[in-house]
Amino acid sequence: MIGPSKLAGRLIQIGAVVAALAIWYLATRHQVTKSLFFPPLAQVWQELVRLAQAPDSYSAIQVTLLTIAKAYGIAVLLGIFTAYLVTRSRWATQVFEPLLSNMFAVPLTLFLPVFILFFGIGANSKVAYGAAYGFFPVALSTIAGFSAVDSHYIKAARSMGANGWEMFRHVLLPAAMPIVFSGLRVALVICFTSVLGGETISSIAGVGRKIALSAELLETARMYAWILFVVVLMASMNGLLSRLEAHRQEAAR
Amino acid sequence: MTASPAQLAGTAAGAPVVRVEQVSQTYRSGAGDARAVTAIEQVSFEVGRNEFVSLLGPSGCGKSTLLNIIGGLIRPSAGRVTVAGKPVSGPLPQDIAFIFQESTLFPWYTVTENFHVALKFQRVPRGEWDARTRHALDSVGMAAFAAHYPGQLSVGMRQRINLARGICLGTEILLMDEPFAALDEQTRMVLGEDLSVLLAKTGKAIIFVTHSLAEAVFLSDRIIVFSGRPGRVKRVITVDEPHPRSPDFMVQPRFNELRNEVYGLLRDEIRQTLMDPGGAS
Repeated sequence: MIGPSKLAGRLIQIGAVVAALAIWYLATRHQVTKSLFFPPLAQVWQELVRLAQAPDSYSAIQVTLLTIAKAYGIAVLLGIFTAYLVTRSRWATQVFEPLLSNMFAVPLTLFLPVFILFFGIGANSKVAYGAAYGFFPVALSTIAGFSAVDSHYIKAARSMGANGWEMFRHVLLPAAMPIVFSGLRVALVICFTSVLGGETISSIAGVGRKIALSAELLETARMYAWILFVVVLMASMNGLLSRLEAHRQEAAR
Repeated sequence: MTASPAQLAGTAAGAPVVRVEQVSQTYRSGAGDARAVTAIEQVSFEVGRNEFVSLLGPSGCGKSTLLNIIGGLIRPSAGRVTVAGKPVSGPLPQDIAFIFQESTLFPWYTVTENFHVALKFQRVPRGEWDARTRHALDSVGMAAFAAHYPGQLSVGMRQRINLARGICLGTEILLMDEPFAALDEQTRMVLGEDLSVLLAKTGKAIIFVTHSLAEAVFLSDRIIVFSGRPGRVKRVITVDEPHPRSPDFMVQPRFNELRNEVYGLLRDEIRQTLMDPGGAS
């Protein structure tokens, strides 16, 4: 059910998007901006339709999505595993938690050339870069989540004979899930952003490459069409994750 | 305190299942720290099959610590515990089930899933899970809530199910750490009666940590009264009344005599604990 305050919120959210598009439309229509920098909305729409008909677009999207999926998968598995190891002792938590959180503060973008050096100009460097970046929020939130698990649950499971894996699977992970989930969500945004960023800066394929190429060729309408696509894609991924979380909360209330 | 604790504790009726031998526990805040705190000192007692023993004492006398030592969750600094003759060196899920202070039902699982996961931890074959869960829930009248999440139930219902989960594990020994502490007086008494009825059927050895005098007298075969920190066995009081006990027992003069006797023993200890800044935690 959507309540009145929730409805008002929705209207504001939709209104903001509509307003942005309206400003774009009006600004380009009255030639307030140079059409090269800021092409008319109609032109961008035409490009979008053209891109949707080009098979080449789909292979670019496929490359990017696959890269994001791989980077995210690695980040999540490695992050949770690391957090599990670190939180096995309080001492290790005290040593590694600050280390990880300080490393997360370093802009990994600076090391993108290193990633390309190690993994090549292809998708692999973007997978590694996205995974490395997404790893930190997953590990940090999972460490926080595991550390916050009520010791009574652990004691109870131990007394009932739970082994290490069972403790992890049935106690630690579900107990920490609300906090872990916030990290998973941040990590998805970060993987998405860093893969696209990496592709835009240096790559041979993918949506980011398409955007960079359009910009270089001064095909601004096409560039904006791709950017619009990315925005919609990100919004729907985020929406999907929100749904998932709401569903999980509903189930584990 | 001149008599040896072993003498005071006496022995269990019938063959002892749990034997606590000269157990002491000392905590240090850091390595080589001189300010060591002795939680329990030289505690010995036995618990027999089909016997309900309460541990009663002022806060901080190490009752819960002792229970964790018996259950193999903590290693004692000195002394040892044996279960069925074997020394305890870790959790013994086949022999010992815990029922803790707070309800330790996992809130992310339904009631049924909670039982299943407990039976899984305890290596019970999957085929038995359903029947045992149903039987346990029936025994506490909670069958209608099998599909509920703990968060959807009242504290009393949760603790009742928690109790059933502990009993359903089918261990010979049940360790209960103030299982009713979070409940109001009335619910506490009702659950106490239920427990008395449930346990009369199962013939387990139970060690029960409590703060409630009435609860201790109502449920126990023997009450082990502890001194304040460091916890030592001060006196053992026998309650000679068959199980299951009915609420009528509580209005008998003998009930009040026993209760007053225990209170007399505890009062001085509690007064001392209040004066001792070290006993604050």
